[in-house]
Parts: sequence; C-alpha cells; structure tokens
Amino acid sequence: MLDTLHTLEVVRRRGIVSRWGVGAVLVAVVGWLGCTVAVSPNLEWTVVGRYFLATPVIEGVGVTLVLTFATLGIGLVLGAALAMMMQSRNPVLSAAASGYVWFFRGVPLVVQIVFWFNLSLLFPTLGFAPTNQVVTPFLAALLGLGLHEAAYLAEIIRGGFLAVPRGQVDAALTIGMTRATATRTIVLPQSIRVILPALGNQFILILKGTSLVSVIGGGDLMTRAQQIYGQNYQVIALLLVATGWYLVLVTVASIGQRFLERWAVA
Amino acid sequence: MVGGLRLRGIRKSFGAQEVLRGVDLDVAPGEVVCVIGPSGSGKSTLLRCVNHLEPVDAGFVLVDDSLVGYEHRDGRLFESSERDVARTRRRMGMVFQQFNLFSHLTAVRNVTLGPVRVLGRDPREAEQEARGLLARVGLAAHADKLPAQLSGGQQQRVAIARAMAMKPAVMLFDEPTSALDPELVGEVLTVMHDLAAQGMTMIVVTHEIGFAHDVADTVVFMDEGVIVESGPAEQVLLSPKSERTAAFLAHVRRHPRKEHDHA
Ligand SMILES: Nc1ncnc2c1ncn2[C@@H]1O[C@H](COP(=O)(O)OP(=O)(O)OP(=O)(O)O)[C@@H](O)[C@H]1O
Ligand SMILES: [Mg+2]
Repeated sequence: MLDTLHTLEVVRRRGIVSRWGVGAVLVAVVGWLGCTVAVSPNLEWTVVGRYFLATPVIEGVGVTLVLTFATLGIGLVLGAALAMMMQSRNPVLSAAASGYVWFFRGVPLVVQIVFWFNLSLLFPTLGFAPTNQVVTPFLAALLGLGLHEAAYLAEIIRGGFLAVPRGQVDAALTIGMTRATATRTIVLPQSIRVILPALGNQFILILKGTSLVSVIGGGDLMTRAQQIYGQNYQVIALLLVATGWYLVLVTVASIGQRFLERWAVA
Repeated sequence: MVGGLRLRGIRKSFGAQEVLRGVDLDVAPGEVVCVIGPSGSGKSTLLRCVNHLEPVDAGFVLVDDSLVGYEHRDGRLFESSERDVARTRRRMGMVFQQFNLFSHLTAVRNVTLGPVRVLGRDPREAEQEARGLLARVGLAAHADKLPAQLSGGQQQRVAIARAMAMKPAVMLFDEPTSALDPELVGEVLTVMHDLAAQGMTMIVVTHEIGFAHDVADTVVFMDEGVIVESGPAEQVLLSPKSERTAAFLAHVRRHPRKEHDHA
C-alpha cells in the first residue's frame, strides 16, 4: 500500500466556503446594486457623459492636481525641516517642531481650511492690502492643506531618519562632516526607501483630501461638481463624474507609486 | 613626526552616572596603545571623547598641541563651532565595532566620500587613491560591492580604508574585531599590524590580548572610569602590578570571546 501512495492524486482542502460560492454571491450582490443604480430612471447617464469632459470639470481636475502637488511640495520641504528640528539636540527647536506636529495634526483639516479662508475676520488687512485680496480661496486652500500635510510628513520623514543606524552618522562625523552634511549625504538618501511607500499612500490621501476645499469654493474638481449640480440638481450624476475622475487619478498615482518604489529599491 | 595625543583629566557623565572619572593618557607619535578592561569600564566613551563625538565635561584632549573641540580664550575653554570641530576631527580616523559603513554606497564610494565631500578633492583622483587603499587592505576585487555583499572582515577593512583616506594623524579603533566570526579576525588584525608597522599612531580598544602583546607599545587597563594600570605591553600583560589587572587578564584568557559577546 505504502509503495503506491506517491502515485495518488493530491486533493487540497479548500476551506469552509468554496471560492465559487463566494464569487457567485459577490457577483450577484455587486451586479444587482450596480444594475439598480445604472438603470434607475433618476440617474441620467447622458448627464454624466455630458459633464465628464466639460470645460469646468477639466479645469477642476487641473486645480485638484495643482493643489495636490503643491501640498506635497510644501509638506515635503516643511516636513523635512520639522523632522530635522525634532532630531536636533537643541531642546527649544525640537519642542517647537513637536508642538507644530501636535497642533496641525490634531486640528481637523476642514477647520484649518475654513480658518485660513476667514483670516480677514482676525486681521482685516495684511500690510497695505486687504486680507481677502491676498488670501484668495486658492491660497487659503493651499495653506490649510500644506501646513496640515507637513505635520504628517514630518512624522513619516522622522521615521525614515530613525531607520538609518546612528553609527553611520558617527562614522560620517569622524571623516570630518558636519551634522548637516551627514544628514544630507548619509541619512536622507537611505531614509528615502522607508519614506517612499508611505509617501505614495500620503499622495493619494492628499489627492482626495483636496476635495475638502470645496467648503470654501476652492475651485477644485469637487467645487466644480457642486457648482454644476447646484444649478441643474443632477447631484448623483455629478458625484459620479467626480468619483470617476478621482478613481482615474488614484489609479494613475498607484501605478506611479509602484514604478517609483521599484526604482528606489534598485 | 606627527600624531601625538595628550589627554588630561577627562571626565564624562551620562546623567548621574560618571563614566570617566579623570583620565590622563599620553600617546607619542607612532606609538600604539592598546586599551583593555571589563565591559562598561568606559573604553568606548574614552575614544569618543578623544574625537569629540562625546563632548567632555572636564579635561581636554590635545592632538599635536591643538585642542580638540575647544578654544582657549580668556582663561576658559569654549566649545568650537561645528565646522572647526569637524576640521579637527578629520585628523583622527575612527573604526567602530559595528563597521558603520554607509550602506547605500559601494566600498570605493565609502572611501572616496570623505576626500571628495569634505576635502573637496577631485573625484577621479580620489577614486584612484581609494582603489589603491582598498588594494592595500586586500580588497581590490571587491571595490564596487555594497557593504551588504561583503563579509564582516571585508567590511571592517573597508572601514579602515575609509578612515585612512582622510590621511589622519591618529587612528582610533573601538573593538574592531569583536563583531567578527573568529575565522575573520585575523585578516583585520593583519591590516592593523601593517598600519602600526608603518608608524601610525594608534589607540586600540581590544580584547585580543595576543594582538596587544605583539603590536602594542603600551597597554592600558581601565576599570570603572579610571586607568588602573598602564605600562609597556610586556610588563602589563605578563606581570601586572594591579590585582584587578591580573584578575581581568586571567578571565579573558579563560574565556577568550566571552567578554565581548554583549555586542
Ligand atoms: N550615550 C550614552 N548614554 C548613557 N549612558 C551611556 C552612553 N554611552 C555609554 N553609556 C554608559 O557608560 C558606561 C561605559 O560605557 P562604554 O561603552 O564606554 O563602556 P566600554 O568599556 O566600552 O564597554 P564595552 O566593553 O561593553 O564596550 C556604561 O555603563 C554605559 O551604559
Ligand atoms: Mg565599548
């Protein structure tokens, strides 16, 4: 009996629920939901089609992208500075940076955006110009997003710094580098690997987070969708337009992230 | 000849714990001093104080008559600017127990980084010199590998080449072979032996009593933050005056690799 065992077919356990069963249920539920929405007489697909590539929507996508990249830029520069401050042996510097992170990470993003938008209530003029002329909705949106993002990126970058063994900084100091040079040439390049995956995630969060600026009419994709359905009452159709665009942008970002990571590891 | 060191009254505390309690040490140009002592006696801290990786609380270090990390003004010692500290530090190469190679750079880039970034040397010249140095430590064939692709002994030899590339007057070694598998210790000690033979001033913290016996001019025994005994290698290792030295040596000879297994 033993000498024939090796010729027998092996049948693996599949677990309690069968793949086919789960698949069938999923297809049924999603399909039913999709179909009800799709064929609902209250949803006008022609409206979705008409507005998907309409000028105001495309402009909104442009503003969303500009806001996203600008936020990332501000967040990276300020966040790197904050991360270095937190590492500093100067207790005032590190406390200031930790305080910044505590505050800007703790206050809801929408509150910060609305605050910058209403800065004129606090300071009616900035220098010679009326505050409202200096702090446009776009700038208010950028300030709110950028300062908030810097707090998150500071923590991510600090985590990246911590992943580089301290001994390498000692070694850099012993060959005559200053701390700043050691950070730039030894710590930063190595922490990129740790930072990059988290950064991709953060990019996608920012991309969608920009939709919050619609509360102050920031001119982004979400603002435009709201403006349009405010006039024609096709709320669901325009939400679908916005959803479609966000999914397209997130998909492109995810693919970009995979490429970047592969490049960083190589 | 350059490379003389003078340490006077070095004190250093971490919080409430006084790790160095007044250390005096003279190292003549070209002299090799081996520092031995039990774990926690302050050997690493002493080396880190010599090149101001740890600022001292009291006392001073002189390299060829220039103060390390401080300036003498108005009867007081003021800590130098970071730039000046860095300038003084380059006169002292340091080799660590854990190698501390820059892991994102190849062996040859590890060696050229200092000369190019710090001394502003021409990259191509620096690379030629670096390859020469790597050849001298027996790594000509491994110059373009990353640290992760090298054995511990090879990494430590790259680290020595990296320090030598700055043309230091003094070399500081902190248990350079303690993290190595026994069969790799020899190749690193050979390189250090050669350096000593070429007249490099060296302070070597080590548990390799054999190396100390063969290479050191002076052996220093440290315990609890002070130098308990120091003298010619032969005398300290073979007929120590202090009982603590004798007990420590007996312990190390009985358990040759135990003392540094804490790494
Ligand atoms: N950065 C630090 N902060 C706090 N305590 C420290 C620090 N560095 C060293 N110490 C303490 O100082 C004492 C001496 O440490 P040191 O590393 O100099 O000893 P050592 O003689 O090199 O020992 P070993 O043989 O284990 O390497 C130890 O008690 C250690 O815990
Ligand atoms: Mg030590």
